[in-house]
Amino acid sequence: MSLLDVRGLRVSYDNADAVKDLSFTLQAGETLALVGESGCGKSTTALALMGLLPDNARLGGQVLFEGRDLLVMPPRQRRQLQGSAQGMIFQDPLSSLNPVLTLGEQVSEILLTHTDLTRRQAWQRAEELFALVQLPRPAAHLREYPQHLSGGQRQRVVIAMAIACQPRLLIADEPTTALDVSVQAQILELLARLRGELGMGLLLITHDLGVVGQHADRVIVMHDGHALESRSTRDLIEHPQHPYSRGLLQASLGAEHKQHYLSNRLAEINVERQPEQATRYGVKSTLYAPGRQPRAPTGNPALLKVSDLTTGYGNSTVLDRISLEVGERESVGLVGESGCGKSTLSRTLLRLLPARSGTIEFDGRDIASLKDESLLGWRRQVQMIFQDPYAALNPRHSVESILDRVQRLHGQTDPGQRQQARFAVLDAVGLARSSLARLPHQFSGGQRQRIGIARALILKPRLVICDEPVSALDVSTQAQILNLLVELREELGLSYLFISHDLSVVRYFADRILVMEQGQIVEQATPQTLWHSPRHPYTRRLLAAIPGAAAPEPAPQPVSGLRFAVGW
Amino acid sequence: MTTAVLPNAPTGYSESVWTALLRNPSALIGATMLALVLTLALLAGTLYPGDPLDMVAMPMLWPGDDPGYFLGSDSLGRDVAAGIAHGARGSLLIAASATLISVLIGGLVGALAGYHGGKLGDVLMRLCEVFQTVPSFLLVIVIVAIGNPTLGVIALAIGISSWPTVARLVRAEFRTLREADFVTAARSLGFGNSAIILREILPNALAPLVVTTSILIAQAILVEAGLAFLGMSDPNQASWGAMLGSGREQIASGWYLTALPGLAIIFVVLALNLLGDGLNDALNPRLRRYIP
Repeated sequence: MSLLDVRGLRVSYDNADAVKDLSFTLQAGETLALVGESGCGKSTTALALMGLLPDNARLGGQVLFEGRDLLVMPPRQRRQLQGSAQGMIFQDPLSSLNPVLTLGEQVSEILLTHTDLTRRQAWQRAEELFALVQLPRPAAHLREYPQHLSGGQRQRVVIAMAIACQPRLLIADEPTTALDVSVQAQILELLARLRGELGMGLLLITHDLGVVGQHADRVIVMHDGHALESRSTRDLIEHPQHPYSRGLLQASLGAEHKQHYLSNRLAEINVERQPEQATRYGVKSTLYAPGRQPRAPTGNPALLKVSDLTTGYGNSTVLDRISLEVGERESVGLVGESGCGKSTLSRTLLRLLPARSGTIEFDGRDIASLKDESLLGWRRQVQMIFQDPYAALNPRHSVESILDRVQRLHGQTDPGQRQQARFAVLDAVGLARSSLARLPHQFSGGQRQRIGIARALILKPRLVICDEPVSALDVSTQAQILNLLVELREELGLSYLFISHDLSVVRYFADRILVMEQGQIVEQATPQTLWHSPRHPYTRRLLAAIPGAAAPEPAPQPVSGLRFAVGW
Repeated sequence: MTTAVLPNAPTGYSESVWTALLRNPSALIGATMLALVLTLALLAGTLYPGDPLDMVAMPMLWPGDDPGYFLGSDSLGRDVAAGIAHGARGSLLIAASATLISVLIGGLVGALAGYHGGKLGDVLMRLCEVFQTVPSFLLVIVIVAIGNPTLGVIALAIGISSWPTVARLVRAEFRTLREADFVTAARSLGFGNSAIILREILPNALAPLVVTTSILIAQAILVEAGLAFLGMSDPNQASWGAMLGSGREQIASGWYLTALPGLAIIFVVLALNLLGDGLNDALNPRLRRYIP
């Protein structure tokens, strides 16, 4: 008997189907990955298995957990399984922990609910669990609050809570998406080890095929609520059959990719939805159209020149004597983990934060000296694209008013010309002209990012600072946006400062890469050089952490790693 | 093109706040109820010419006893219907101007404190706390007792006692929103502070503000009624609170004298709450329809 046997699962809200006729099985000790883009129904499936769907969801089919159908089980019995036989790990470790309780209280609460342990025993178990998930100071962490821990440590606590009662099924919903690359790898390794030691079935939900390749036995690729393909991982990665899986694989930039924007486009998935017909899938060519091949920057004098820039908040120094240059038509990648000062740098470059010392020169002029008119004129030339396409657009303004206000501020007085310019910029970013009348929430994430790009480009800037422009997007949308940025660079002669935590994206997109650690730039090289002969230990660590990197195979751990008795 | 491109549909548009409001049942009901009261207030002079405080009928007529005074009369023989009509005028006028004062002061203080923060914000918030530590009704009584109990002074007193609520709310909204990416985007595009406050932040802070405003108006009506009940309101002005206050003495023999103005107050407060709820929904861009 399988641990989990899902037969014809259907979930619908009001009249929209979120999951359509999904069937799969999961054995104990096996890892099954559900892969797909946002809105494909993978998280809905997870919530349905855990019994966490909102009341307006309608369910159909069967979910057999150890032979018992979860969908018809009385709520009381269901609750006994939740948190004990079934554990779940959520995406955001910050919001899945309660900020007003200590970690010890939160973990022991689960044990007290589901077991007969006394308070003292539960506290002890919690300490053992913290040791099991390799938190550095188990006993001390019990008395701390979530905000005292880093993101990766918090996710370890969430994992400790999920496995506290030795679940037989563990569901991990995007467990590493909110974390830094180097931490991602550690968390995934931890999950793989725990699955082996505890003999759990692991359902891994992710949008990232790079994660799947290393850690899953089998993969189900989902789109629009359908399972398109269900295969063993190796099989899928080597011989993907469905065009959609093929597109996903090609669009995903793993550690091993050798793609660069000068040589090829990224693969884009083409989905044609037609009413009353099966959806058609295709993959667009990765070759540039003749004559549209991007040219390498020529190494003209620097457009942006930063020397010895130091800045910070209050008493803390965030940027420590940073020097960098961005040339005409050059894409410079800036890589570092969260908290290294990337965002502070972009804010300082835009003169939203004052520099403490050092100079920022744009086109030979120190921007600190600019005032009023000349400041506005300079702002026209330097623009920014933001990470979160949902937060970067004012939800109350239509696309037209977002663009129009910028145009009027910068002295474009003729309404007809403004309209023409708006049409032109929408055409350039690949949005329909009818988008003008819409409000931001009526667009998908990728479309919103296009609006953000349109807002940055409407003034015809020369330098665009991209602050993690694709890290909040799905893999296939990421490919579309990166291709778009490359095209726009060619068309408009833009320079980019491309800030990202994702080395593989920067490798594709940048002419030159800067590596930043704790407010300092520690290495500077071309993508090729950086990949093959990284000099700084921090760079090497970042490279090794990319999912899919050729990390040494972890030796199978003996079961003795579990220090506490089974079967309470 | 790719999947990210919208189908080339004919140009559509998002419905306006007004259309969204018009298809919102609770807003419609609230607005209709409020319109009724406003009409009554406006037509009070035509419907019931003469001073509503004049003794015109037999004292203590029950509603329906005399068709000329269909809501009856009080112990002094004043027409209750005329009192309610003219009282609507007084109560609404005081409530509206008090709320206007409170939203103006509170909005300004809250916006400055929330947007700029720092020392100025601290000073403004301490000031806010000074007002909040004094019981607001007591403050109103003190101000009215110092000045004359005219309509203007009462409105000012209620406004001054209630602005800290608005200021705190606006400040909290502004503090969250000033860190939003779209505000950073606006700054990096070169927009000035006033443009950012008025066009970027304020529209997003409007929904809670509107709901609070509708509650504030209701509260002001109640505070004015309380003042009149204590006999501290304008004695020459008919008001629902004054009617309540004088009707209280006959509650055993003529309960309608307190019930009728009480019902009028409930009616207006309910109307404002319904309208506030509806406005809250209508101002939410996510609930607005797209008309293709």
